[in-house]
Amino acid sequence: MLPEKQWTDQGIENVLGNLLRAGVLLSAFVVSIGAIIYLLRHGHAPVDYWIFRGEPADLRGLRGIVRDCLALRGRGIIQFGLLLLIATPVVRVVFSILAFAKERDSIYVVFTLAVFSILLYSLLGSSF
Amino acid sequence: MSVLEFSLLVFVSSLIAGLVGALTGLGGGVVLVPLLTLFFKVDIRYAIGASLVSVIATSSGAAAAYVKEGFSNIRIGMFLEIATTTGALLGANLATRVSTQSLAIVFGAALLFSAYFSRKPRSLAERNLPPDAWATRLHLNGSFPDGEGRRSYNVQHVPAGWALMFGAGTLSGLLGIGSGAMKVLAMDQAMKIPFKVSTTTSNFMIGVTAAASAGIYLSRGYIDPGLAMPVMLGVLGGSLLGAKLLVKLHVKWLRLGFSIVIVLLAFEMLYNGITGKI
Repeated sequence: MLPEKQWTDQGIENVLGNLLRAGVLLSAFVVSIGAIIYLLRHGHAPVDYWIFRGEPADLRGLRGIVRDCLALRGRGIIQFGLLLLIATPVVRVVFSILAFAKERDSIYVVFTLAVFSILLYSLLGSSF
Repeated sequence: MSVLEFSLLVFVSSLIAGLVGALTGLGGGVVLVPLLTLFFKVDIRYAIGASLVSVIATSSGAAAAYVKEGFSNIRIGMFLEIATTTGALLGANLATRVSTQSLAIVFGAALLFSAYFSRKPRSLAERNLPPDAWATRLHLNGSFPDGEGRRSYNVQHVPAGWALMFGAGTLSGLLGIGSGAMKVLAMDQAMKIPFKVSTTTSNFMIGVTAAASAGIYLSRGYIDPGLAMPVMLGVLGGSLLGAKLLVKLHVKWLRLGFSIVIVLLAFEMLYNGITGKI
């Protein structure tokens, strides 16, 4: 007989696994919509990725990306889809904080909060 | 080349990379950057940004399949993620400071390591190891389904594993790869975690590690939507297809072939880095 704790762990993990896959598919869907608009408008333009310029300021942070997205710019919509994708592992970490808190495992609540802060620092630190 | 032709070609190449990566278990990300820089002449910084995004897609996309098997150990994953995400922040910051030549050379070395590691026989699972004080205090020991019942394992060498993970995170942030090979090395060889548990836990960690450097890459302008779009869609499609085909195919020769391709790409990256062509 298995201890009950492992069943709940597995249950949370299953829900989370499906949630992550849904997040990835949603992101792929948004990226595809952006791709259609981008390719229709700029499909015949030449590519020049051998020169590194860095992205324009509006594609480097959430506010600019949302603004471009609402203006139905293809590249902005793609970038928004990529943000959704970057958010999927963050959601996983947030869920783990809740799961550890429910098990009253305080060391792991602290560990997971540490990982979450590092992610927030990277995502919010310089760009938003 | 026009944007349309470029996007289609990059999509098809990424699809193949993702498919072969999933079939061989080596991950497609490791060949993406050399593919983009050597054949499509993309600046290595854009290539690293696009590759990093696709790494998150494969990791999160495969999570549902992995968790059903019940092998991954979220405590080991979370404890080691403190090391990998800190390393990833360091790596992503280094990436913006070092020259593209140095990036290419480090990349070549990482490719060679990954090819060597994929040919190396995995360590024999040692059973009944004594519990380690650190591992016990941190509740890292666990069990996994094995035939009829569950087999328990005791994690070893926690500080060494943690340090290796910091290195894996730095490499991931620096090169935009999952560094799955180094993650499995830390867990399999140093911490003596059973292979199935290390590979599935490593998959879970790869996405979180990559997300830690993705924020920095985005704000520095390394993630180009026009390039990341075909790469991400291609790799994701290829890896999902690969996971479906995996059970039906005999992959020994494919694995060998892919390792040879990785070695060739490694030398090409090293050559280009040393001669300053990148």
